[in-house]
Amino acid sequence: MSRGEAFITGLGMSEVGVRLNRSPLGLTLDAVREAIADAGLELSQIDGVATYPGKMQMFLGFSPIGADELIEALGLQTRWHIGAAEMTAQLGAIAEAAMAVKTGAARHVICFRTVYEAAALARPEEFPPLNRSAGVTGNSQWVSPFGAFSAANWTAQFATRHMRRYGLTREQLAQVVLNDHANAALNPRAIVKKPLTLDEYMAARMISTPFCLYDCDRFTDCSTVVIVSAGEALDEVKTTPIRIAATAGSVERYSWDQAEWASAYPTGRDLWNNTDYRPGDVDTVQLYDGFSFQPITWLEGLGFCDVGEGGRFIEGGTRIARDGELPMNTGGGQLGWGRLHGFGFAYEAVVQLRGEGGARQIGGDPRVAIATSGGGPMAAALLFARD
Amino acid sequence: MVWQRSRPQLDRDNRAFWTGGAEGKLYIARCGDCAGFVHPPREVCRHCLSENVAPFAVSGTGVVDTYTVNHQPWAKDMEVPFVIARVRLDDAPGVFLTTNIVGAQVETVDIGDRVRVTFEEQDGIWYPLFEKSA
Repeated sequence: MSRGEAFITGLGMSEVGVRLNRSPLGLTLDAVREAIADAGLELSQIDGVATYPGKMQMFLGFSPIGADELIEALGLQTRWHIGAAEMTAQLGAIAEAAMAVKTGAARHVICFRTVYEAAALARPEEFPPLNRSAGVTGNSQWVSPFGAFSAANWTAQFATRHMRRYGLTREQLAQVVLNDHANAALNPRAIVKKPLTLDEYMAARMISTPFCLYDCDRFTDCSTVVIVSAGEALDEVKTTPIRIAATAGSVERYSWDQAEWASAYPTGRDLWNNTDYRPGDVDTVQLYDGFSFQPITWLEGLGFCDVGEGGRFIEGGTRIARDGELPMNTGGGQLGWGRLHGFGFAYEAVVQLRGEGGARQIGGDPRVAIATSGGGPMAAALLFARD
Repeated sequence: MVWQRSRPQLDRDNRAFWTGGAEGKLYIARCGDCAGFVHPPREVCRHCLSENVAPFAVSGTGVVDTYTVNHQPWAKDMEVPFVIARVRLDDAPGVFLTTNIVGAQVETVDIGDRVRVTFEEQDGIWYPLFEKSA
């Protein structure tokens, strides 16, 4: 049954923090070491590396380590690797690795995402900030001249429209945030240490309406690693393998402002074209929440509720709580755990399916989970199963 | 706003868009064969693959598709709050422009508002902003 399939067999994560002193390579090494030990593998058995978005020389804090650089730094002997921004969002790197092991291009692939934005901002002499003075090009030219520098501004406009068209409320958006903070408080690795109240949420300062401070993730320093292994190589690992049962990804328009709606919708729909599982089979969802509004688009796009019903679906927060019918972002999401930039959702899905969530573990012997990333101009969704 | 807006690097594709305001015109790239609009502007029509694409002066009127009130000063000298909006142009189907709605109190801007282009020039770039009409 496992032949020709791809599995997550190892998880690793560095310290998660804000303005860490440890270098980006050091953090990546920490996460790799933990993942290798978790899987019961040796580095000599790793023959593939995948990362998103590859080293970003113009903005090192966003992505300080590339795939080829990691291969060189750790002395890996690989047969296949990729480090690219032009793929189906962050978790696309894991989908690519799944394809590589299914075709025999590799047996054990280190998939990693290292982020260093908080530390980089604090140490501009080492990590020069993004320089816009030479002029803006590409997609940035259509938004930043109007003060729309941040994805908060771009995403907020979709949220405004959802509010006006479907009646989404700030109290409903808050449920994503309160749920994240409550779960993060039970996750020893999360940045957020305690639950948030609705009153605290409503009193926070605005960033870009309807998003207040708590609706936006914040720069975090961390490296996250998952190891993707071929079904043929499972006898080499010691963990409970979690199968990558389906993947999907799309670009609605390669632009934040030309798409009628976010890519979470076509990607969510397409995931079900690639599997026999159905939304009712899913035990937990880990939905990208760089901003609180994004899980609402994912819940609608994936078909857990109708388009326009996402706000009412999470009303009161009971449905998405750890003991609810669809536990969501059980590790705290990016608003509670930290801006791990997509990889945290795959990590947490596997933790839950293995039953290793400790204080935050959901009940009911979960067997099927979804992890997503992005959801604006690009999106990726992964479906995981424990057979 | 007194802050220096980000300056687009002009090239063959985008020059008409960013400088058309000098003659009071909002140029959107349009296909001469199928009449489809191509924004962001490129030399190939994304609807029919024709290379007969050229800047076309649209009326400059439209409607607020959606918006956000930005409260965060992202750049030096940026005065907040201000409205960032996505405007749907009346006569360029499928094209949205991210822009600012100026000349109105931020709390009076809403989805569905009728708007008209107005240009703000900084150092040779004519930024197409919009103001409420009627």
